[in-house]
Amino acid sequence: MAEPAAPVLDVRDLKTVFRTRGGEIHAVNDVSFHLMPGELLGVVGESGSGKSVTMMSLLRLLPAPPADIRSGKVLLNGRDLLAMTGDQLRAVRGAKIGFVFQDPMTSLNPVFTLGNQIMEPLIKHMRMSRTQAETRAVELLELVGIPDARRRLYQYPHQFSGGMRQRVMIAIALACDPDVLIADEPTTALDVTIQAQILELVKDLRRKLGMAIIWITHDLGVIAGIADRVMVMYGGQIVEHAPVRELFANPQHPYTRALLQAIPRITGPRDARLKVIEGQPPILTGALDACPFRARCEYRFDTCDAVNPARRAIDGQPVGLGHDVACHWHAPARQEPAHA
Amino acid sequence: MLDAAPAPLVQVQNLKMHFPIYTGIFRKHTGDVKAVDGVSFDIMAGQTLGLVGESGCGKSTVGRAMLRLYEPTAGRVVIDGDDVAHLAPEALRRKRPTMQMVFQDPQASLNPRMSLAEIVSEPLDEHTDWTREQKLERVYELMDQVGLNRRFVNRFPHEFSGGQRQRIGIARALALKPRFIVCDEPIAALDVSIQAQVVNLLEDLQEKLGLTYLFISHDLSMVRHLAQKVAVMYLGRIAELSPSKDLYAKPLHPYAEALLSAVNEPDPELAARRNRIILKGDVPSPANPPKGCNFCTRCPKVMSVCLTVKPDLLEVEPDRLVACHLYTVAGSTGASEVPEHKKQTRNQQGETR
Repeated sequence: MAEPAAPVLDVRDLKTVFRTRGGEIHAVNDVSFHLMPGELLGVVGESGSGKSVTMMSLLRLLPAPPADIRSGKVLLNGRDLLAMTGDQLRAVRGAKIGFVFQDPMTSLNPVFTLGNQIMEPLIKHMRMSRTQAETRAVELLELVGIPDARRRLYQYPHQFSGGMRQRVMIAIALACDPDVLIADEPTTALDVTIQAQILELVKDLRRKLGMAIIWITHDLGVIAGIADRVMVMYGGQIVEHAPVRELFANPQHPYTRALLQAIPRITGPRDARLKVIEGQPPILTGALDACPFRARCEYRFDTCDAVNPARRAIDGQPVGLGHDVACHWHAPARQEPAHA
Repeated sequence: MLDAAPAPLVQVQNLKMHFPIYTGIFRKHTGDVKAVDGVSFDIMAGQTLGLVGESGCGKSTVGRAMLRLYEPTAGRVVIDGDDVAHLAPEALRRKRPTMQMVFQDPQASLNPRMSLAEIVSEPLDEHTDWTREQKLERVYELMDQVGLNRRFVNRFPHEFSGGQRQRIGIARALALKPRFIVCDEPIAALDVSIQAQVVNLLEDLQEKLGLTYLFISHDLSMVRHLAQKVAVMYLGRIAELSPSKDLYAKPLHPYAEALLSAVNEPDPELAARRNRIILKGDVPSPANPPKGCNFCTRCPKVMSVCLTVKPDLLEVEPDRLVACHLYTVAGSTGASEVPEHKKQTRNQQGETR
């Protein structure tokens, strides 16, 4: 790595397939990225783009079979999670890496009190006593902005609203002071005003605790407000990667461009007509020797059908550090993108 | 608003939809969930009214009560000259073809055991005495209109993607040539790249067929794109009803302002500069709304009068209706004199008067 500090998380050539009766589905295809301490990496993509499966693969949370992590390395502070035994991995999950899932309604257990669920990782991973864990649980609930925390500890999930439950989920993920927090569409199921509350909370927690965050979403608006760097996924691959301002100011991949034009704005002139990405997201079975976006791309040419483009840097920095894009228009032979 | 050039096709007056709460062993009627509590608006023929608000604010209930999928508790819903809320059953049945609905979840609103042809022609079975051939011809026509390949006619819902399923739902709604369609969050369940396809389709159909829409959504930027007029609902009541361009340029009701500021701007430069209003707390339960203004528990500009008196929806600027004490005489509802000081009240606070 050319950077001075070492990345806290370094994922290299991760490949996950699902074995089904209809053949193999290439859900994650040679995905590489890294996460620096204290950084917020945004992951954008539609359903089926492989963004959640990638993150689930990191912690081996996918049921196997049908999932099969074919190859790759997931280095957390230098140790490969994919090579760990079950016990070693269990010591990482929840302790070193916290996970916040999309739906706060279904990811809390309805028959246990919140206190129980927050204290579980503290007792398991941090070997705290119940009293210590209880004190820490109250601290955590206060940290995520839940008033009257001590009383709330003895309540059940159904006594909390959606936004409150998502705060609790965040508290659980933060319980053991993880180095990395993975948030998988944590605000998608929430209303906009509640979403704004949670986003503020995360920004605030990041300032206070300084952990690295991976934020998965399909909402470019959310990403624009919080991320440092963004990777755009499509068809199980990273198709574009850039610092957030660069990505929004200078999107290069046809998919990123189309996506940005397909959403209406709340300010500025009203668009006469929304730009449409024709067609449907790809079904990821079969060979991988073509660009996954080709069927919907306006700039498709013969090479797109024959070769799956690799990520290429367009700003001189190594791939993964600056702005890079996986599109044949950026191949050296085609330095002049027709759509620039 | 009297005698404006385009006539309203739809007029909703003081619509109320209360759901009774029964408790105890004798199922005693102990209260009501006031899902919709006195909502009024007009929709001009050929136009779109956007109805926005957070989940639980009663926006879907308005749409359903208007089409009499619920029996409204009170109020009038005049669609094309008939008061739908009080039509007798047979007359209502004859009225149904003119008003249709597109539902949120295309997965749940299509019968998985029926083929596309059966789904789209079901309204025709019910309301026409056409032959099989005539119906099939109409199904093909509708499939062309919504952009579905004719080869798919005998396929079942599970064989379609989300966007295609929503097209089937739209084709079904169009089958009887309605004049008014309630679109209840038609794009909420779809991916971003598919949303634009469906929205453009709805716009094209409106232009071609002269349709009038009530577009219910929580997506404020999409509503801005589609609607000429927007009603912002909060806890069963309309907080603000304004032309779309005015509302988005300068929201008057504090809730509308907060809601707009909460929308995520897909532009990092703007997002960094914007000053967002973060509302505290959650929406109160509609079974037990606050005594005064419904928004008083979360309002950043709350005054003492807000805690006791429910504000009426009044015209505070030409064509802009707002239910907020900031725009009336401080301390009284002052309904009669409101039009007088509409210009002054532009400066945000109630004290300006």
